[in-house]
Amino acid sequence: MTSVIHARGLVKRYGNVTALDGLDLDVPQGTVLGLLGPNGAGKTTAVRILTTLLRPDAGTATVAGVDVLAEPQRVKEHIGLSGQYAAVDEYLTGFENLDMVGRLYGLPGAEATRRARALLEQFDLVESGDRPVKGYSGGMRRRLDLAGALVARPEVLFLDEPTTGLDPRSRVELWDVIRTLVDDGATLLLTTQYLEEADKLADEIVVIDHGRAIARGTADELKRQVGGEVLEIVVDTDAAIPTASAVLEQVSDGDVQVDEHTRRLTASVSGGADALVDVVRRLDGHGVRLLDVGLRRPTLDDVFLTLTGHIATTGEDEQVPA
Amino acid sequence: MTATKAFRDGAIVAKRNLIKIKRVPEVLVFVLISPIMFVLLFAYVFGGAIDIPGASYREFLIAGIFAQTVIFGATFTGAGLAEDMQKGIIDRFRSLPMSNSAVLVGRTVSDIVYNVLSILIMGITGLIVGWRIRGSVLDAIGGVLLLLLFAYAFSWIMAFVGLVVPSVEVVNNASFIVIFPLTFIANTFVPSETLPGPLRAFADWNPVSAITQAARELFGNVPPGLPEPQTWALQNPVLYSIIWVVIIIAVFAPLSVAQYKRAASR
Repeated sequence: MTSVIHARGLVKRYGNVTALDGLDLDVPQGTVLGLLGPNGAGKTTAVRILTTLLRPDAGTATVAGVDVLAEPQRVKEHIGLSGQYAAVDEYLTGFENLDMVGRLYGLPGAEATRRARALLEQFDLVESGDRPVKGYSGGMRRRLDLAGALVARPEVLFLDEPTTGLDPRSRVELWDVIRTLVDDGATLLLTTQYLEEADKLADEIVVIDHGRAIARGTADELKRQVGGEVLEIVVDTDAAIPTASAVLEQVSDGDVQVDEHTRRLTASVSGGADALVDVVRRLDGHGVRLLDVGLRRPTLDDVFLTLTGHIATTGEDEQVPA
Repeated sequence: MTATKAFRDGAIVAKRNLIKIKRVPEVLVFVLISPIMFVLLFAYVFGGAIDIPGASYREFLIAGIFAQTVIFGATFTGAGLAEDMQKGIIDRFRSLPMSNSAVLVGRTVSDIVYNVLSILIMGITGLIVGWRIRGSVLDAIGGVLLLLLFAYAFSWIMAFVGLVVPSVEVVNNASFIVIFPLTFIANTFVPSETLPGPLRAFADWNPVSAITQAARELFGNVPPGLPEPQTWALQNPVLYSIIWVVIIIAVFAPLSVAQYKRAASR
């Protein structure tokens, strides 16, 4: 299968800050790549380079077979971008925004108009379509921005944190929309700091941290890297934490994570229910009382923690210096 | 990128900018009130104290106010672009297969509308307070067109400023610092003969003086008692103004487009 998005060794530095440190990406046609990482990991920088908005300091990239560095203008004919901050004109109506974008893609006027109306319908914006965007909610702006990326039916879509800042309901709605795009055959690169989002939408996930890919694979493959299952217990007193931690370490095949605040301890184990029974029996022998105990499949949060040593949502907003 | 596509893209962006005037008409209030204020301020507050030999100060004044106001109008270009940068719309435009010059051409062209409106308002206010066109109508129209052309060129300077500075507020402050001395150390409000040596030399070669002198001549408002200008620039104000227009656009249009291409939104 050919790669619609293909990048090798992308490097971008801002002064002595390295935003991207040799990133490789391959996205086969018709698939979704989830670029997963915390704020400041380099996700936005990667998208800005692939969409010709930023020139890398080193590396090569092609999108839809066109060299991003040599022919940026031609790349733009094949892509749609929806950014982290909804880039819609708030003085224009929703319709005027989409109509303008269509014309700027080079669609004839009548077709741009038809397409704008169709997209308003598809994104549930018909009622507010002829009102200025100024009065739109955050979720509506995001949908309009996404619609803007689709006006010319581009083969390749870049969605940079499409749901950041949205309430849970709008997020789920947007996921549905994104899924239909993929069903229509688009190739999509999606950045997110929500592990659940990558899990739901992406065929393949690249985890990046400090500008480098630290893991790649399907959600299941990544979860498997953490180990079989995650054993989670909650003890009733702070005093019981050291004992419980020691017991878990004997059973676990990895590190034991302790959350002092909630008195929750997690450890990756193999052996399923037997391991669970074993742990409960040992803790009982030490006189440790449990408030909760459970065995679950690892989430991508566990993957992230295992890979990076820190939790996924830290740091300030990703800043791109001028 | 064909020239037709570039032209069409520029027109699309200009239309988008004009829709904003329709949606936020409050912007126009300030565009229109400040010229009225300036005409009245100079006519009635300073007018009595400034003596122009053998002529009415109000007639002398009006070309200077026209020049100053349309040059200040260029601030809209810088502020508009800085706002687009801040709001991320420039990112959207830059990701589209459109002409790299379209956003700037569209902006500078749509801002001509502000200047046409303010000249209209100033002209009416001027006529009410006693200004008269004493040359031919054709010359007067030529004077207005020359003012608009010069303002258009100046828009390209502010376009560059708008793409370089970090926010709309900085555009406004920066324009104030540049435009105030440029429009006051000139023959806009007083004859340049009254200025001390170095300031007079500056005023005599200042393109704002030339544009003012040109408009004054074309409106037929040059006071008969005023001594003949000493410098080539003011003896040939139309030609000198056009030379500046060409130079400014030739320098700042490519500079601005280059800046646009590598602009990172904030």
